[in-house]
Amino acid sequence: MVFFRKKKDMPDGLWTRCDGCKGMVYRKTAEEKMFVCPECNYHFRISGKDRLRLLLDENSFEEMWGNMLPCDPLNFQDRITYPERITSEQKKTGLKEAIIAGKGQIHGKEVMIGVTDHGFIMGSMGSVVGEKISRLAEKAMELKLPLVIISGSGGGARMQEGVFSLMQMAKTSAAIARFKEAGGLYISVLTDPSLGGVMASFASLADITISEPKALIGFAGPRVIKETIKRSLPKGFQTAEFLLEHGFLDLITHRQNMKKELSRLIGYLQ
Amino acid sequence: MNTHYYIIRYSLNIKKQYNNIKRGDILSEKSVTELENLILEIEHRIEDLETASPQDNAHRITEIEYLKERKERLQIKLYSQLTPYDVVKIARHPLRPLSADYINLIVEDFVELHGDRCFGDDKAIICGLGKIGQEKLLIIGQQKGKSTKERIACNFGMPNPEGYRKALQKMMLAEKFHLPIVTLIDTPGANPDIGAEERGQAHAIAENIYEMSRLKTPIINIVIGEGGSGGALGIGIGDKFSILEYAYYSVISPEGCAAILWKNSESASEAAKSLQLTAKDLLKLGIVDEIITEPIGAAHKDPKTMAHILKSHIIKYLEELKGIPIIKLVENRYNRYRMIGKYLEG
Repeated sequence: MVFFRKKKDMPDGLWTRCDGCKGMVYRKTAEEKMFVCPECNYHFRISGKDRLRLLLDENSFEEMWGNMLPCDPLNFQDRITYPERITSEQKKTGLKEAIIAGKGQIHGKEVMIGVTDHGFIMGSMGSVVGEKISRLAEKAMELKLPLVIISGSGGGARMQEGVFSLMQMAKTSAAIARFKEAGGLYISVLTDPSLGGVMASFASLADITISEPKALIGFAGPRVIKETIKRSLPKGFQTAEFLLEHGFLDLITHRQNMKKELSRLIGYLQ
Repeated sequence: MNTHYYIIRYSLNIKKQYNNIKRGDILSEKSVTELENLILEIEHRIEDLETASPQDNAHRITEIEYLKERKERLQIKLYSQLTPYDVVKIARHPLRPLSADYINLIVEDFVELHGDRCFGDDKAIICGLGKIGQEKLLIIGQQKGKSTKERIACNFGMPNPEGYRKALQKMMLAEKFHLPIVTLIDTPGANPDIGAEERGQAHAIAENIYEMSRLKTPIINIVIGEGGSGGALGIGIGDKFSILEYAYYSVISPEGCAAILWKNSESASEAAKSLQLTAKDLLKLGIVDEIITEPIGAAHKDPKTMAHILKSHIIKYLEELKGIPIIKLVENRYNRYRMIGKYLEG
């Protein structure tokens, strides 16, 4: 698990404050621009459902394994119990878990697609996320479809499921390995934030890795690094642009072009 | 002098000291040290008696025997009531044997291989070829260092991306020449600093997990001290997974977990309990195959015996894995990880 700086989701209301330029943005304008600030191009954090809506052809998404629920293998308790935390997160997000998975179409091209939602316990990977990612890879292999996984996880591996979460890193990576070995195309889309165990497993193992601009991406969270080295971090550290410069991304794509870009890449490689 | 009287007085003294040790619901770090000191004191007394002049022999032997028995009882008592956080402390004990110690004690004819062919040589991961028993193999161990200078050179056992890449490069070599791989896990976690991020820490660990899941050679993973999250997993995928009795393996350090979920670092002992990170917990959860018993008083009390026990386990595992055809082995490995996870589906 990692720390990450708190940012707000696109809140309800007529006006909203942009986390990029701190200016006030008319909500409707931002929405029309796919939740991107019209002034500074800041990409707001958005929900998994919104991401699927923006990327997939209308009504093409069929959710799979939608009734999978987390359980509490360690009887984990911090200040509240894990089941209490799950219930409150479910209420807050309307999701059953931090991932939505299924089949959909991008400009008519069929894909297996999964999206982790940072709103649900920071999009962290527990058994359900690990299992669905693995099933996605297996299903994509069976149906010979490209696999697209959109990561929005500031949490990495989910602490409340202890060692089971850690092992999901192994499980998902092994499933991705099989799929790629069989000739499958896997595209990883990184969004703000993508950190920790998710980045140190399936999200880093794609044939093509794309990110949205300015997304926070890394292994350790900025706060942990700051505490370790006891000094402030350089400007732009762990942003998508930083990763591109250091050779860990294929490309950075604006949210408004993401669908087109994915379609183009799949066209070339599938 | 009346030895008998002395023994009684001495044992009362031990008892008093033992009772004086503060006991909350957990043994704090201090109390573990206090108990250890008491045991050490008895050890010194035994040593003194053994080297003393041979007068009054019968009494002397009685006292030595008495003290030895007392020491053993104290050690058993100390180690039977350890809390999970105590286990974490023992796993981090400054005298606990490290990968390099085990390599010295059990690997014959060791040739260290350096470098990741890309950036540098990370001292936090030792790789090399050697023999254990009759078997030639590749051994990879995370190394923390003993002296301050060594510790700094090894970055306290926190590997950098080049460490993981070095390990992977050597593992590919082992695969090519059909050598089994043994990895000794002992890290608080992968290095979280600027350089590590610049060189792709997450990517390096992910690649290792990916490749190890399909490497066509037997792999044995043993946690000898700290199994710190992704940093441990980066050399931790294989066909046999065991853990030393007082080692731990966790998704996050108890301190880190407490800081995030309890919002204070004093709750580390509670976090350690919740995380179920001890060898016993991991066996119960079906994550590890076996617990490797440590000598009385843990590995640091008797590194040679510990190394001997470890060696016999490695030989046993190598023997077990040798009989399995490689395709079957890799298939089993996949299924092993594929099955881990608890969820409901209705």
